[in-house]
Order: sequence, then structure tokens, then C-alpha cells
Amino acid sequence: MEKQAVDCARKAFLSGRSRPLQFRLQQLHALHRLITEKEAEIASALKQDINRSQFDTPLFELIGLENDINLAESSLADWAAPRSAKKNLLTLSDQVYTQAEPLGVVLIIGAWNYPWALTLQPLIGAIAAGNAAVVKPSELSKHSASLLKELLPQYLDQELYPVVTGGVPETQELLRQRFDHVFYTGNSTVGKLVMEAAARHLTPVTLELGGKSPCYIDKDCDLSVACRRITWGKFANCGQTCIAPDYILCEPGIQDRVVEEIQRTLLEFYGEDPKSSPDYGRIINQHHFDRVIALLEGSTVTVGGKNNREECYIAPTVLRDVSPHARLMQEEIFGPVLPIVPISGVDEAIRFINDREKPLALYVFSQDKKVIKRMLSETSSGGVTVNDVIMHYTINSLPFGGVGNSGMGVYHGKHTFDRLSHHRACLIKSLAMESMNQVRYPPQNAAQLKRAKFFMLTRLCSCARFTCVWAVLATMVALGLLVALLVVLLKDTPV
Amino acid sequence: MECQGEVIAGLRAAFHTGVTIPLEFRLTELKGLLALMEENEAQILDALHRDLRKPKFEAAISEIEIVRNDICFAINNLKTWMLPEYVGTNLATKFDDCFIQRQPFGVVLIIGAWNYPLQLILLPLVGAIAAGNCALLKPSEISQATEALLAELIPKYLSKECYVVTCGGAEDTRRLLENRFDHIFYTGSQAVARKILLAAAVHLTPVTLELGGKTPCLIYGRIDMKTAAKRLVWAKYFNAGQSCVAPDYILCTKETQDALLPAIREALEAFYGPDPQKCPDVGRIVTDKHWNHLMDLLGKSKGNVTIGGESTQEEKYIAPTVLVDVDETDILMQEEIFGPILPILTVETLEEAITFVNAREKPLALYVFSDEPQVVTTVLESTNSGGFCANDGILHMTLPTLPFGGVGASGMGCYHGRYTFETFSHKRACLLRSWGLERIGALRYPPYSDTRLSWLRWATTTKKSSCSIM
Repeated sequence: MEKQAVDCARKAFLSGRSRPLQFRLQQLHALHRLITEKEAEIASALKQDINRSQFDTPLFELIGLENDINLAESSLADWAAPRSAKKNLLTLSDQVYTQAEPLGVVLIIGAWNYPWALTLQPLIGAIAAGNAAVVKPSELSKHSASLLKELLPQYLDQELYPVVTGGVPETQELLRQRFDHVFYTGNSTVGKLVMEAAARHLTPVTLELGGKSPCYIDKDCDLSVACRRITWGKFANCGQTCIAPDYILCEPGIQDRVVEEIQRTLLEFYGEDPKSSPDYGRIINQHHFDRVIALLEGSTVTVGGKNNREECYIAPTVLRDVSPHARLMQEEIFGPVLPIVPISGVDEAIRFINDREKPLALYVFSQDKKVIKRMLSETSSGGVTVNDVIMHYTINSLPFGGVGNSGMGVYHGKHTFDRLSHHRACLIKSLAMESMNQVRYPPQNAAQLKRAKFFMLTRLCSCARFTCVWAVLATMVALGLLVALLVVLLKDTPV
Repeated sequence: MECQGEVIAGLRAAFHTGVTIPLEFRLTELKGLLALMEENEAQILDALHRDLRKPKFEAAISEIEIVRNDICFAINNLKTWMLPEYVGTNLATKFDDCFIQRQPFGVVLIIGAWNYPLQLILLPLVGAIAAGNCALLKPSEISQATEALLAELIPKYLSKECYVVTCGGAEDTRRLLENRFDHIFYTGSQAVARKILLAAAVHLTPVTLELGGKTPCLIYGRIDMKTAAKRLVWAKYFNAGQSCVAPDYILCTKETQDALLPAIREALEAFYGPDPQKCPDVGRIVTDKHWNHLMDLLGKSKGNVTIGGESTQEEKYIAPTVLVDVDETDILMQEEIFGPILPILTVETLEEAITFVNAREKPLALYVFSDEPQVVTTVLESTNSGGFCANDGILHMTLPTLPFGGVGASGMGCYHGRYTFETFSHKRACLLRSWGLERIGALRYPPYSDTRLSWLRWATTTKKSSCSIM
């Protein structure tokens, strides 16, 4: 069944109908209608999957998608147009440009924590770039998966963009097929398996993985605002966000206040009993519930800790004075549990971060520009938000992706289009002007070599200094000519 | 071979000191590499001659000049490349700084190839240095003289802590790949590329693969045959056909073939004289093994040798050769030829040629020769390839402003000029939020309400640009 869907998509792609811009725009427009017309159904599916609140659906899933579709619709002609490149002397009269072309059939494997955003945002770029796409939503968010399977064919071309549902065996069967790009969002363990499967077909991949996103709070900052922002980012979607601040690093001196501020904010956001707040989510299933609870072993809870296995409920939980060796610090938490690891200052924080795998996101809260500059230049991560959390994800002109263990490749906005296109280098010469070409033909001698170097590999296209000198000389000559013209004109003017 | 693990650990330690980050360091190293190229021209030419009997002109243009050009391009533009790239924001982030910061990956592995043993390892190195990485270079053991020269010269001109050359054969490379790198850049064959990708998957290491395939050359329609033949011959027999972007085979009509063959003969005579074996501008096959393989292909081919065909084993020489009456089942059409053997397949129409090309793996390059612009456009729009060149061969990869790389089976990723810098950089999204405007920021906090949501939508939506006037 999986093979059938892939073969069908490939046949549809080879028909060429996904290539014309008009078609791509029409499909993007249809996707937009799906999102706006079916918002209520999507919200209902998310509520059943993960107890997502009604407002979180547009906030976390749909606004971002709408933005991306709007951007693609208004910019597609630009993105798909040839991009000219600078020439050298030999190619001065030729056309030199790159042309974005579709790759073919793309496999998109979505994730369960933001089942719509993480499955459809890559699809927007795939469609914009002229590809066919096989969409495989996560089986863990099963209501969203079956809703997507029902809705997508109602709005989009059924053959070009089939939805394949199922679990591990179905995904493995899909990965045995040949694709022209595989786009996977999920964890590093499965990421390696995806890359391995793709390797057999020499298929390029984009892997949006995760890791432990550190959040450094400098003693020199507005703790109240900082903690509000952190609390929002950490506990939204019940902590199940790949770029949620995973743990806090701060000096022992401010730890008490940090805990206090977070506690105060939690009260403000979710009330006395988060379990009864309509805005507080649940863990996706009991397996993940058990996983998160097990991480607490060996550490002491400072705030929260209440939980209910049947309801997959874990209260917003904060732990102070957590050891770097605690279980909590050994893997990505992906839940509403926030450890605070005390460190002596920014030096130790940087060392701590660099001793670990490069995270998907890094957060720094400070009012000291020097601290911010050091954090930016002495660490690496997929992305960074300074003095807030998560927000870099929401700007579609910024590339979103990981580095090292947190992933490879970037997307969002134009970056998705570029990622899912092949940028073909094109040189269109004519058979005329052959005299210039003679320099490269044998039989060869030293004089001819010298001329060839000049024509073929001149640094004309590269010299910033050369251009500057040219600009100055040209300006001087122009001014000189202007002066001469004025002199001539004035001289001839009768008194 | 020295202990690989220790070498890589040394490179990683050097990277962690941060020494490769400042612009000044990268410029110094690039200038060192430039000095290496400029001060050792004679030794370089000699090594290339010993490895491939590379004609001086070819070596100068395709190994020395192309690298020097790229280094100068990087030196002149690196400051700009390294600048933060500011991007557009939405209303909610109007007072924030939004930019892309380019960062090095760390320790990169560059595996070179034997056909352009200097270019294919140094061009990636230029970008790796420019992007601030440390690099382990693994030149091909098949081009032994160049391998030894690189091992000798690189430590003399570049930082010994940051850039190391390691030598060895297939088994050593296999063991090398068990280690963790932050990027692997490989030029070579598809079979080895699969192994590299599998090894990279273990560590989630991103890779760039510059592979090959059968580069088709379509000749169709009204055409200045004499010029087309010269350019075709130049591109095909450069480096004795051992170029990943050499035209591998020709597709044309019988009429075109009839006009093409004498034009090819004329061009060959003009270039190499009556006896190419004696001409200093004709290269040799790299090893006996490769020569034997090519002779085997030639022997088993069902086509007819119409030009050339002569060979000498001791010299690893094969004359510039053209075969006709070749069809798609021929042994010459089953793999990339990588030698001075040019099969011509005849077709009735342009559509047939395009269908033939599209039935095969996407090639690294695709060429079309025609004086009719419509023919060029049709081929361009109906096919896929890494790169495309109309009315010439190879030249598209000599411009540092065009990305050079494959697609599908011919590779992934691209480089040359700024593209190499980008290949070896991580594009880190950076958002520096202001502390103020917390009231607007608070719109996103629970407890939620419809009003808050509509304000938030307004503040964060990218509006589709609409112009009611037009």
C-alpha cells in the first residue's frame, strides 16, 4: 500500500503537472482553505490527541502555517525565477544563472507534538518547489492523523500528495522506497535510522531533531519578565516542544527568586489547580508519562510534582539544585518538568553547554551586552533567542533547523523552498565569438596559457577592491568630463 | 598510518580553542594556501605529470589557476560573507534584532579524488577554512605523487594544529569513517558514497557528495558544426576523458552524426596533430587497472570504432576514440566511461533524446549543442541535472559564482566560491528580543481569550501582499 502511494505520486510528478506556477499556487490556496475552513475540526482532533486548548490550535499550529502559505503565494514567482550570477570575461556575453527545479517525490514524516504544523509546514515548501509529496503523519497523534488523511485529498491533488497513515512497520516500508528527499521531524534515534535508510538510495535528508535546549539566566536581568517568558515557553503544550527551554542554568544567588517568579507566573497562567485549567495540556500517552516521571528519580521537586497516570497529567514542576549527573539531565525531558542547575557564572555556563551535544535552541537572558555576545560567539546551537524563548521559530525569514545531534538542514518560508529544490547551475553560450575560445585549445604554449588565464579565470567577478578602484576612477573621469563640459558651455556663452 | 583517533581529537581540541573563528586567522590561512600554490608551481606540475601525465596547460588551468582564483575570491569577500545577515520581522518583533549568524561546524573531513587531485581537495578546503572549521584532508592514494606533495606542503604553509593531511588506502578510509566528524565532503563514486552516508548516519553527520554519472551531450538542429566539434572535443578529451563533467556520450540524428564525425577528426588533428600519442597536450590513464578496464569496455563494445582506438599498455595511453552504432544495451552505456572513449547513439527526434536521458539517473552535467534557442530551452526545461551548459562543456564549473554539485544519483550539496563557505557553515537563526513591549508579548500568555487571540493574529500574521491598484 505504501509502495503504491509512492509509485502513484512519482507517476503524477513525471506527468509534469506539479511544475507550473499556477498549479502550485492553486494547491497552496487550497491548503489555506483547508486550514481556515476546518479549524474547528482540527482543534477538536488536537483536544482528543493532546488536550490542546482551543486557543493553542491557531496560536501554535495554524497562524504559522497561514503565514508561510501567504509568503509562498506572494513570493513564489520570485523564488522560482532564474537567479543570475556574476560572470567572467569569457562568459561576458553568455547567460549565467541558477534555476530552482523540483527534486521529485519528497517524503514528509511528521511528529505528534505539533501534528499539523510539523507535517504541513514542510508540505508548503514541497508544493511551492513543484514536488510531489508523500505525507506520513505521526500515529501517536491518531485523531489528527486520521483527520489529515480524510481532509487532504478533499482539498489537494490526491495523487501528488497522498497521506499514508500507520505505525512503525508502515514507516519502515515507506523508507524502503526511493524518494528524492526525506524530511523527518522527531528524535535523534529514529533520525539515524531515517538517514541510514535514505543512504541506500543516496537520498538527501532534512532532520529536525531535538536535544536539551539550555536556558541561561544571567544575574543581571529583569527576572520577573524573564521568568514569565520562560514559563510560557516551557509549559505550553505541556512541555512537549522541541525548542522548549529544557533546563535552566543560573547562579545560586538568584535561584530562589527564579523559583518564586516561575511559581507566581504559573499561578497567573493556570490558576491554583492547573489540572482544571482549560489552557493546560496533557502528556500524549502513558508511555511518555512513565518516561517523564522516571526522569524525576533521584531529584527533589520544589514546585508541582502532582500527577495522574490515567489522565496523563503532570503538574508544572520545577526542581532546584539539580545535579548535572541527575537522570533529568541525561536526555531531553519533553515534558512539564523544569530543572534548575546552579552554575558559578557565564564562564561555567558556556563550558557546561559546550560539553554537551549542540542543542536545537539556546536561550540567554541578560541585560549585559557582553554576556550576550559571549554566549552567541562561544556556543553553537540550531537557533538562539535572547531574552525570550521559542520566538525565533515564529519568524519565517529565519532558517529553522538543528546542527550536530539536533539535526541537519533548515526550513520555514523561503528556506523550505530552497531546501526542497535543486538549484541547477546554467551556462547558456552561443556558438559565436569563437575567437576568444581559441586560447584554451591545444596545441598549447606559455603565451597562450597566459591569455587563457586572463580570459577564463580572471578575478573580475570577485574583486571588491578592484570594483572600488574602478568606481573611484570612473567617478573621477566622470567629474572631469562634467567640468570640461561646463567650461566649454560657459566659455561659449555670450557675455 | 598515524593513530586516526588522536589526530581527530587534536583537531577537535584546536577547534575548541576558538583559534579558527577570527577573520584574521582565516585570512592568514587562506593567504598561506595561496602562497603554497604560488611558490610550488613547478613541484605541483611535476607531481601531476607523474600521476596522470597531465599536460602543463591542463594542470595550470584546471588545478592551479582554478584554486588560486577561488582563494582570491574568498579572501576578497570573506568579511562580507561572515557578517550577520539581517532578515525581515513581523509586527510583534519589530524592535528586535533578527539575523542569521554563520558558524563553523567544527572538524570536517575532506576526501579527494585522483582525477583532479589538487583541485578536488583544495577547493573544498578553501571553503572549510573560510567558514572557520578545522579540516582533515584525505587525498586519493591513487594519485600518489600529488598525495605525497600535499602531505609535505600543507603543514609547511597552514596551521599544523588545524589542518592535517592523512594518507592511506581504502581500509584506512573505512576506519577513518568510524570516527565522528561535523561534516564530510566526498568526491568520488556512488558505491563508496553509499558507504560514507551509512557511516555518517551513525553520528548524524551532514555530508556533501560530489559524484558522477553518464553526462549526456545532445547535438540537434541547425548548428555551426566546426565550433561545436572543437568545444566538444576539448571538453571530452581534457585530462584524457577523466573528468566527472566530461561529455560521456552523444545523442544526435544520423544526419548530424555524418556532419559531426569529420568535424571531430578535424578538431582532433588541429589539437593533437596526426599522432596524439606523441603530443605533449594529451594525458594518460591514471593506473594500469583503470587502463585495463577501459580497454575491456572497448573490446566488449558492439559499436564500431570510427576514430582512434589505438592504445599502448606501457604508457597507459588510449587515443582519443569515437564509436558509432552504439545502442543503449551496449557495455559502454552501462556505467560512466571516465576515459577518452566517446560513443555516439543516434535518435530520430529531440523528444527521443530527451526521453532517453530522462529514463536514466540524473547526471552531474548535461550538454546541448544547437544554434536554435528553442532546442536549448526545450532540453533545459524537460530534463534534470546537476548543472547545464549549452554550446560548450565543463565551463559552467569554472565560474566561482555558480554552484557546482549533483542531484539524485550524481550527488547532494554544492560548492565553489561562496557556496563552499555556505556548505561548511551552520546558519544559526538569532533573535535578540527587547525587554520592553511586554504588554504586547503578554498577548500570548494564558489564560486565553478570543480578544487576545485576534490581537495576536494581527501582530504576527504575514500579510499576503495585495495591490488593489494593479
